[in-house]
Amino acid sequence: MRFLPQGDDDLREMLAAVGVSSPSDLFRAIPEKLRLKGDLNLPPAHSELDLRRKMGAMAAANASAATHAFFLGAGAYNHYVPAAVWQLLLRSEFYTSYTPYQPEISQGTLQVTFEYQSLIAALTEMEISNASLYDGATALAEGVLMAQRANKRARVVLSEAIHPHYLRVVRSYVRNLGLQVVTIPAGADGRTDLDRLAATMASDGATVAAVAMQNPNFFGCVEDLGAAAPLVKNAGALFEVVINEPISLGLLHGPGHYGADVAVGEAHALGTPLQFGGPYLGFMAAKEPLLRQMPGRLVGEARDARGRRGYVLTLSTREQHIRREKATSNICTNQGLIAMAATIYMSLMGRHGLREVATQNRSKAIWAKERLSRVKGCHPRFTAPIFNEFVLELPADPESINRELLAKGIVGGLPLARYLPSVPGARNLCLFCVTEMNTREEIERLASALEEAGR
Amino acid sequence: MTDGRPKEVSTAVTRLEPTIFELSSAGCRGYELPALDVPEADPSDLGDAVRPDIAGFPEMSEVDVVRHFVRLSRLNYAIDLGLYPLGSCTMKYNPKINEEMARLDGFARIHPMQPEGSVQGALRLMDELEALLREITGMDRFTLQPAAGAHGELTGIMIARAHLERSGDPRSVILIPDSAHGTNPASAHICGYRVEEIASNERGCIDTDALRRRMGPDVAALMLTNPNTLGIFEAEIETICGIVHAKGGLVYMDGANMNALVGVARPGDMGVDILHLNLHKTFSTPHGGGGPGSGPVGVVRALEPYLPVPVLVRGERELRLDWERPFSIGKISSFLGNFGMHVRAYAYILSYGATGIRRIAERAVLNASYIRARLSDTYHLAFRQPTLHEVIFDDTNQKDAGVRTLDIAKRLMDYGFHPPTIYFPLIVHGALMIEPTETESRQELDRFIEAMKAIDREAREDPELVRTAPHHTPVGRLDEAAAARKPKLVW
Repeated sequence: MRFLPQGDDDLREMLAAVGVSSPSDLFRAIPEKLRLKGDLNLPPAHSELDLRRKMGAMAAANASAATHAFFLGAGAYNHYVPAAVWQLLLRSEFYTSYTPYQPEISQGTLQVTFEYQSLIAALTEMEISNASLYDGATALAEGVLMAQRANKRARVVLSEAIHPHYLRVVRSYVRNLGLQVVTIPAGADGRTDLDRLAATMASDGATVAAVAMQNPNFFGCVEDLGAAAPLVKNAGALFEVVINEPISLGLLHGPGHYGADVAVGEAHALGTPLQFGGPYLGFMAAKEPLLRQMPGRLVGEARDARGRRGYVLTLSTREQHIRREKATSNICTNQGLIAMAATIYMSLMGRHGLREVATQNRSKAIWAKERLSRVKGCHPRFTAPIFNEFVLELPADPESINRELLAKGIVGGLPLARYLPSVPGARNLCLFCVTEMNTREEIERLASALEEAGR
Repeated sequence: MTDGRPKEVSTAVTRLEPTIFELSSAGCRGYELPALDVPEADPSDLGDAVRPDIAGFPEMSEVDVVRHFVRLSRLNYAIDLGLYPLGSCTMKYNPKINEEMARLDGFARIHPMQPEGSVQGALRLMDELEALLREITGMDRFTLQPAAGAHGELTGIMIARAHLERSGDPRSVILIPDSAHGTNPASAHICGYRVEEIASNERGCIDTDALRRRMGPDVAALMLTNPNTLGIFEAEIETICGIVHAKGGLVYMDGANMNALVGVARPGDMGVDILHLNLHKTFSTPHGGGGPGSGPVGVVRALEPYLPVPVLVRGERELRLDWERPFSIGKISSFLGNFGMHVRAYAYILSYGATGIRRIAERAVLNASYIRARLSDTYHLAFRQPTLHEVIFDDTNQKDAGVRTLDIAKRLMDYGFHPPTIYFPLIVHGALMIEPTETESRQELDRFIEAMKAIDREAREDPELVRTAPHHTPVGRLDEAAAARKPKLVW
């Protein structure tokens, strides 16, 4: 077996040193009846070449963004990943290291994490950031739990224009903790109905721990965070903003600009490809006063006895390995390497590149929205400003249209019907995403294909 | 030796590196995009939502970015540099083919909300991985959705709670042995349970009499780790499960130490109801300097209705994702879990195959037993019971010289090794918890053993040398207390 480095002589001598005659004697502490008698029913051992053949065929059976024009977003985004990102991630010293519990020989991971925290704080215009959480949905759930810890209130108000999976995850997390979830629907323009939010805060504001809105929201619309913030803050609730397309922050103000207390979300779009939904990158940034309520790891600057600058895991008394059931979260392993990908990506793109990518995304999305709206039977559903996603009403069921598109080498948008059971006329709604990866020619192909599908 | 320089000095690490913010140089760029092929959009509809600039972001060329991160990488220890003997962390070699498989376009560039018919290859991989994990563990059904071990614990306890609730009473207490990992009580707490500790007996195992006395209708579940964090197999596991089941409770097994059992024994045969695995431990997916991991949860048949949605099912013509599960605990992560880790674990299990997989546990236990045999005359064994994949020493033999566990750990760095897990499990004072895994050669183990023996000698002859270690790392011991008093978390 190629991963086992013990030679025959070594094995014999090691068994002798241990005082047993065969490897199976090493397991005498396990009761006989619990020990397996024969081999497990598994496939035969595969060589590398066997794996390449078998898994290559499995991979080839999928319609990927490498082979198809791709217009699907909804919380997972097809962006360009510069060659340097994956090459650097493949440095053994990064990807085969453990959590940096021993700072003297983990300064690489620790400094990258410090840089990650700094970049996330700058990007979101917030004061502090943690070292990562699992993904966007669990980051929102952690944000909700943090609000309850911070102000001990019993309700959380969530916009229905937050990604529906995120809403479901929050419900799973809070159902055993007696926290009540109240939702605010989207209005006719596609943005959270702020009149409804105002009414809710007027009647129940004093019991609301936090209000969360997503920007751009699930329908691709840019929310009016400036108008929402005072409604939340005046009631003394925490204002939490979910970002699941961080490229938008190259162009749009971050949550901190609007006085948000917490910014949470999904940042895989910064340097990590789609990979079927994971591993992704949950992030959490906050205002300084929430520091000791933050879940997950934090890296801080430190000095050694000779005054040299280094970095350490800090404020660990919040965490499970010290505080056990009183910890701010149960999280231990996080998404370190994906946070590193984001750090490398943000370093490469820098101050101007992220702006340029964001501008390209929005320009292509707006052009596509206008172009597709000229297709017979296609109508834009919402009027609010967009970033790189928009909702169209299609001339027929989007699921069947998507099958036709697939046959033409196109992965279409997300059919919204199952996410909007209560919205009248949602049957033919479809959420499209256009990024810097989509060419004008691809958008034209999509338009022609929709044209044909509508006939 | 008097100058603090051991014979072997790690050369894996070099000099400290400025931050990207200090390396930034106005006008540099590390990217280029194709020319925009549509008119640039007018931002006026966004009004004052447009930010003027991304203040604080660096400006760097690709060269500078690459050198920065390569230089930083050299400040890290890693499994590809040598033994990484962190107890209960299972730092084993990460096969290179796994990385290539995970980066195939057909896996890396597919979207979790694509039509199911367009991702049958990926769903087949998940389905087959689940079948492999079922066979290895003896559990009836798995969810691959949890992103890490602690996330798996949370999912598992949510499942237990949903099941008990449906039978009328969620109950209020989770019992956890005092040797458990901190995530266990933290996970139980987030599920709304009160945590009670069960003391270990003098053999380092769960005290079955204490368990029998405490077990009652208020106890939802017992969470245990087997082999436990002392590396000791809970030989009375069937009795333990019987005690819990007799009072209507469930048994949750933390599979962090599954590396000791692969191909040798199966939790499903022991009476365990819920199990999480750490693909980033037992199944070789890289730890990535802190993640991502993957924490699949296996359950017995009776608990299948509560698995998180969506559940992968075999339809008439193709695999599909079933969202209509009325008793499900709901959704627990954004999409389908850390699929990239599923790909790697699948490749790993197939690499060993039916006849090879048992070698994982055999060699892991042999390596740990070898270290135990060769070091137990120098370092004090916390428990004399037989151990499997890891061994726990403490600093009893060194502390008279004024050398503590932390000092021993730090001094190991000067010999070019990552230290073991220290001060855990909590029930061992000054624990040094060593898990070598199966992917270490005898030569590497011998080097480690010699380093440990040399440190013991140094503790007697020149304790100050050990107390002030490390001496050959890029930075010395960092003042963590000062860092926590006045945290600087961003540039």
